[in-house]
Amino acid sequence: MTSLNTAPDLTGRNLSKRRAFANRTATLLIGLCVLIAALPLLLVAWEVVTRGGSALSLAFFTEEIPRNYRTEGPGMGPAILGTLAITGMAALIAIPIGVLGAVYLNEYGKNKPLARFIRTMADVMTGVPSIVMGLFIYVAYVVVIGEKVGFGGSLALACLMLPIVIRSAEEMLRLVPDELRQASAGLGARKWRTTMSVVLPSASSGITSGALLAVARAAGETAPIIVTVGLTYIYKPDLFYGENTTLAAQIYRNATQPFAASQERAWGAALTLIAIVFLFTIVSRVIAARFAIDKR
Amino acid sequence: MTATATPEAPAEVDLGGEARSRRADWGFRALVTAAGLTVLAVLGLILVTTSLRGWPAFEEEGLLGFITGTRWAPNDDVFGTFPMLYGTLVTSLIAMIIAVPVSIGIALFITEVAHRRTRKYIVTVIDLLATVPSVVFGLVAILVVVPVITPAYQGFANLVSPVPGLNAIFDDSNTGRNYITAALVLAIMAIPIITSIAREVFATVPETDKQAAYALGATRWEMVKGAILPHSFGGLVGASMLGLGRAMGETIAVALVIGGATSMSANLFEPGNTMAAIIAQQWGESSGLHQDALIAIGVELFAITVIINFLARVVVRRAEIKMKGAHS
Repeated sequence: MTSLNTAPDLTGRNLSKRRAFANRTATLLIGLCVLIAALPLLLVAWEVVTRGGSALSLAFFTEEIPRNYRTEGPGMGPAILGTLAITGMAALIAIPIGVLGAVYLNEYGKNKPLARFIRTMADVMTGVPSIVMGLFIYVAYVVVIGEKVGFGGSLALACLMLPIVIRSAEEMLRLVPDELRQASAGLGARKWRTTMSVVLPSASSGITSGALLAVARAAGETAPIIVTVGLTYIYKPDLFYGENTTLAAQIYRNATQPFAASQERAWGAALTLIAIVFLFTIVSRVIAARFAIDKR
Repeated sequence: MTATATPEAPAEVDLGGEARSRRADWGFRALVTAAGLTVLAVLGLILVTTSLRGWPAFEEEGLLGFITGTRWAPNDDVFGTFPMLYGTLVTSLIAMIIAVPVSIGIALFITEVAHRRTRKYIVTVIDLLATVPSVVFGLVAILVVVPVITPAYQGFANLVSPVPGLNAIFDDSNTGRNYITAALVLAIMAIPIITSIAREVFATVPETDKQAAYALGATRWEMVKGAILPHSFGGLVGASMLGLGRAMGETIAVALVIGGATSMSANLFEPGNTMAAIIAQQWGESSGLHQDALIAIGVELFAITVIINFLARVVVRRAEIKMKGAHS
């Protein structure tokens, strides 16, 4: 009788030792996992900032790249220009095609078998290794025109960005409320009109944010660049003529050399590359946060 | 009544170039459909063009010989790629053994343990980890980690040398550029992908299931074991497969730290190679049949990763459908 009158003990103090121990150990292990992931990030950030920071100077951003690994001193200008130009051209190719593809999937294809197949294959395409994209562009473009050029790298990066842009843009189009489409149709606008002047503008911030993330990802790619773009030490603003280079390719090239001078340039290039990638990522975040449409 | 005139007015209204507008609609539809089809076109073109270019290498060895041959000697026109397939499988499987439990732990921490503010920080850390370019991971690994970790490998090899079995897998090491280092780098790079999908999977566990477990007196760990994990098993399998596909295709970080030997070894402290890494390492000095063989390795890698990714997507989608069923 008395036991019914006392309130049940909900504090967990009477937990058996074994169960309490298992619970505490599990929580500890789960917390440890977070540490395991955070440590490499801290290590990378610390090493790149301290070692790369000492390599940076104004000359590092503007000088041409020394031809000899052993030559002391700065110079990554052509690689910085190459990274921006090649990635920018890739974005110019991949973003329009990707957004239009997303329009097909969300506005026209919907649940038709073809659209579902394209959706699955776009997901599969995000998993295609970047080196394979490089080999593809090498065979289909570089061999055909007969020389390695910056534009080849742009094509390879565009292939890598395409599925990411399609899938993220489609997610954003899906968030556009159907009322907007119906209102536009009610005013007599045809579907292409509705899409171009109502649907796409209202999803534009989300699409931009997703596209910038894809650009950031592409800017750090190395494998397709070394296969299709070749190597240069001087400024090559023309993507359609002559071999080119990027920061990522320069890091790879200099990292394996035993000479302090080239390693220092690799660290400087790494810091510059990470700064560029983070810049794109942060801008993407800000756009996504500031101009997000209401999720319904 | 003069009002009779007004109903006629709408008939006069021209809603604007009817035929032209219809043509524009049709053209737009064709344009976006073509854009959607580029995905299929690119995937098809990858398969066709690279296969054609790699064909001479397949022909030289025979398809089976190319895949199962154990000797890679470009100077003698011998192209057996099994050591690279072995290296790819060994490094990415070890990477998964490390990355999958860690990622599940992180996802559980984010969804179940962390308070709202800490949760935001941890999500940021994982996102940042995903944005670091692979070549930077490779740079840090080869110049910072390898010199420090090599003596640790040797110490571990000495420690397990009396244990039969283990002493074959962890034998003497004379270099830090080996299978294990590559696997460690791959594990770190796979964590963000697996974590983000695992989080999505955990988010679909019905709140009622969790509350029911707590109401029965379960501790948090018992709730995770009893309510979350059984519900998310399929999704986690899919997440792991996606991570595996990514690890198998990773090129540059592995090319920097795996050493570049083209032989096989059961000793994980020996240098080796993977399919993706050997293409990057030998591309610059290759020509003729050697280059065709590298492209042929690319075809093999493409086929493997596409199959794994396709299966992973199917598994994830199945799991999603099942989970949605559980909701309603």
